[in-house]
Order: sequence, then C-alpha cells, then structure tokens
Amino acid sequence: MSFLRIKTLLVASFSFLAMAISNPLLASENVVNLDSNTVAHDTASQVASAETHNATASHEEKAFNVTETILEHIKDDHSWHLWGHLTVALPVILKTSQGFDVFSSAKLVDENHEPIVYTGKFDYKLVEGKLKIVNKQGAVDEEANKHLIDISITKNVASLFVSVFIILFIFLNAAASYKKTGVTSAPKGLQSFMEPIVLFVRDDLAIPNIGKKKYAKFMPFLLTVFFLILTNNFLGLIPFFPGGANVSGNIAFTMMLAVCVFVVVNLSANKNYWQHIFWMPGMHWSMKLFLAPIELIGVFTKPISLMIRLFANITAGHILVLSLICIIFIFKTIFASAIAVPFAVFIGMIECLVAFLQAYIFTMLTAMYIGMANEEHHHEHADAAHH
Amino acid sequence: MFILEINPLVLPDIGLVFWNTIAFLILLVVLGKFAWKPMLKAIADRESGIEEALLRADKMKAEIAAMQNENEALLAKAREERATLIKEAKEASDKMVADAKEKAKSEYDRILADAQLAITQQKNAAITEVKNQVGTLVIEVAEKVLRKELSNKADQESYIKQLADGVKLN
Repeated sequence: MSFLRIKTLLVASFSFLAMAISNPLLASENVVNLDSNTVAHDTASQVASAETHNATASHEEKAFNVTETILEHIKDDHSWHLWGHLTVALPVILKTSQGFDVFSSAKLVDENHEPIVYTGKFDYKLVEGKLKIVNKQGAVDEEANKHLIDISITKNVASLFVSVFIILFIFLNAAASYKKTGVTSAPKGLQSFMEPIVLFVRDDLAIPNIGKKKYAKFMPFLLTVFFLILTNNFLGLIPFFPGGANVSGNIAFTMMLAVCVFVVVNLSANKNYWQHIFWMPGMHWSMKLFLAPIELIGVFTKPISLMIRLFANITAGHILVLSLICIIFIFKTIFASAIAVPFAVFIGMIECLVAFLQAYIFTMLTAMYIGMANEEHHHEHADAAHH
Repeated sequence: MFILEINPLVLPDIGLVFWNTIAFLILLVVLGKFAWKPMLKAIADRESGIEEALLRADKMKAEIAAMQNENEALLAKAREERATLIKEAKEASDKMVADAKEKAKSEYDRILADAQLAITQQKNAAITEVKNQVGTLVIEVAEKVLRKELSNKADQESYIKQLADGVKLN
C-alpha cells in the first residue's frame, strides 16, 4: 500500500508541476509564434487577411510545442478530432441574453482547422479553445460574454454520453439476465463478469465502511459513482474514438461527483455527526471551540480532496503518456520511439491500474465519509471495530 | 486564485458541469431502478437461498446422524436380544440334555437294580429248585438204595456206588 501512496504522491506532484509550468511555456510559445510570423515568407498566405496569415503561418512554421500538444489532448474541445483531417462536428448550444443559439461546431473553423467567426445571434469565435462572443473588430466582448452560457455537446460531453450508454447497456443487460436465469442458477456472460465487481463494491467498500445496517440505502449511489468513474477512466485510456476524451481527468466531472458526495454525505448525516463537528464530546470547552472550525473545514475539504485526487491522477497519467510520445517528435527521429514506446506502454499499464484504483479509492472514501456521517454513538462504534 | 486563472485545466466549464450532472442523475435514477435494485435483490436472494440450503443441509446431516444413532441403537438392541435368545436356548437345550442324561441314568440305575433284583430272585429260585430237586433226588436215591439193600448187600453197595457216580451235582 505504501508503494501506491508514494506513486499517488508522485503523480500528484508531477501534475501540479505540469500545471505550474504550463503557463510560462504557453507564454513563450506566443513569443515564438510572433518571431516566426516576422520571418514568414509564405506566398500562399500573402493574399489572405492579416489574421489568417498570422494563424496559417504559425500553423505551418512554428516549432513543435510539447505543452500545447499535450494540453490540446487533455482539454475539452468543441469538435472531436478522430485522425488526420477527419473531425466529428458536435453541436454548439449557447444560452445568450437573446435566447438559445444552436449550430454545428464545423462552422467555427475553416478548412485548415483555424478558428473563424460565426455569426448567429452574436458573432462567435473560438479563443484558446473556448467559445467567446467577439465584436466587429474581432476582439473578445467581455460585457456580452457575461451573459453567455456555453452548454455545447463538447468532446467530453459526447464521450460521457458514450460511457453512459455503455454502462446502461452493460448493466441493464446484466440485470435482465437475473430475471431470465433466476437467482438460483450461476451467473452467465456479462452478468458473471459484472457480479463480482458489484459484490466487491458491496462487500469491500460499502459494508466495511458504512456498516451492515445502513449500507443498502447508499449502494445505488456508490455503484453508480464507481462504474461511472471506472468506465470513463478506461475510455480515457483508449487513444482513439470513442475513447480519447479526458472526461474523468476533467475538473468539471470530478467537481460534479464531489458535489454529489458532499450532498449525500451531509444530507444523510445524523445528529451524532454534527455533534462531533460543532461540539466534540469528551473535550474541554476551550478545545471544543478550537476544534469546531477545523472540523467544519473538514466537511468541505473531504469532497474537495476527492475532486482533486481523481482529476490530478487521471490528468497526470495522460500527461505522462503524451509526454513520452512527444519525445519522438522532439527528437524528430523514429529511433526515439525505441525508448518512448516501451515507456509509454509501461505507463499505460500503470494507468490501467490507476484507472481501477482511482475508482476504488473514490468510492471507498465516499463510503467512508458516508459511514462517518452515519456513525452511531462512539462506544458502539468502538465495539463494532473491536469485533 | 492566481493558479486558477493561469491554467484552464482547473477551471470547470459550466456546460460540462451541466451535462455531467444530467448524465450522472440519469444514470443514478435509471440504474438505481432497473439495474442495481434487481441485481442486488437477486444477489441477496441467492445468498439467502444458499444460506438456507446450507442450514437445511446441516439440519439434514444432523437428522441423518440421529437416524444412524437410532439404527445403531436398534441394531445393538437386536444383537443383545439375539444373544440372550441364543443364551436362553442354549441353557434350555443344556438343561434338556442334562435332564435327559439324568433321566437316562436314573432309568439305567432302575433297570440295573431291577435286573439285579430279578437275577437274585431267579438265582434264589434256581437254588431253591436245585435244593428241591436235590432233595427229591436224594429221596429217590434213598428209596432205590433202600429197595436194593434189601435184596443184596454187595449189589447194594456197588449199586450205591454206581448211583453215586451217576449223580452229578450241577
């Protein structure tokens, strides 16, 4: 277990470093682009507008940028790039101050995959991957953007839907086979593959942490969380369609789950739990005053730690694999792949473990928090722990 | 706030949060109703079924053991009975044999005694008869002697001698 802890720590610190470093790198990239623009002698783009010239030139001549490539793969996108020039356009749904605006994401880019202005109810343009309202001069209109809510079906959302369909397909089928074969016969097919995992969640996560009396109420939530994370983790590891999107490594996904955990934990919490937070029994009154704010902060840090742990682990894994693959492009030689590919495979193996492990840890901690919130009187717990 | 601003990775998109929430709630509701509930129920049913079957098996085992004990007890009892029966029969037969032997012996004794008695009686009778015959003979001889004596003395004597030779006591 200590090996896993060290590994988690390493991954977390690496991802933090990557996040911290990415900004200066992004900044320097702009500088490089400007430089390349000044020396660009692309005759074809001479006739284009200044802006397109700028973009095309930088597209063709700029040096390979590792940070940008990696971030591009990790970030969400309005379209789903499959391979080469094949891109699946996804619907863009916007809520503006003048109502909804729906159009295809193909209209936001030209044939060179460079962002262009699309005019719906407003003028829209992709700025650093995010959709913004621009004014006539092509600059971001901050005032209008305040009323813009982007609920587009992005790459992550589409991938999430894929995972939802996969989960629904698998488990509705598995559940149906219980009706077909009855409960006395041994499980078959999908059912036999899924049942041990469901039993694992029940027997190793829910029951030990929540207790035999109360676990049943939380089983649907825990199972859904576990399989949603697991499916998205594995989908994220598949480098091509329908995988490839970084759903469980997206802060929005983990934040949503963390908020759900927060709601479930605190709504199910009993009197005993709140008493332990605000007025810790068996302590001197001054100690109680001291502990109350700490415990109250703990209420929030628990789900936040869940959110960051999952996000950082999955994102870090993707960054690692992409960095190793990028080595080939940095050295611009096929021989670099002799080192990069085995390492990428190795990290990929670890990622498979991490994909399962993170789903496990998230669910186990959720169960633990629920268990803490539903704990009966302390001496009873001490008794229970004893047995 | 500085880090949050500089890196888009840690800025959650409102649209993603929106769709994630919807997807999660749909999954939770649909799976909760149509997958987790029947699955967990089926698993629980199976577990209780297995538990019941095990309990039943244990009970059956105990019952079988009890039956075996009973059988063994019955067998032992039967064996005991047989042994006593045999013993009794043996005793009865022994007694019968002994009785028969005794009876035979007493019969033999009685027969022997009777025979001895009869022999004695017959012997006595025979002796008496012999005595009687001897008496008769003596009288006859005496008569003849007396007759002869009266005629010739010498002849008398030789006759007596001749007679004496002819008489043989058996």
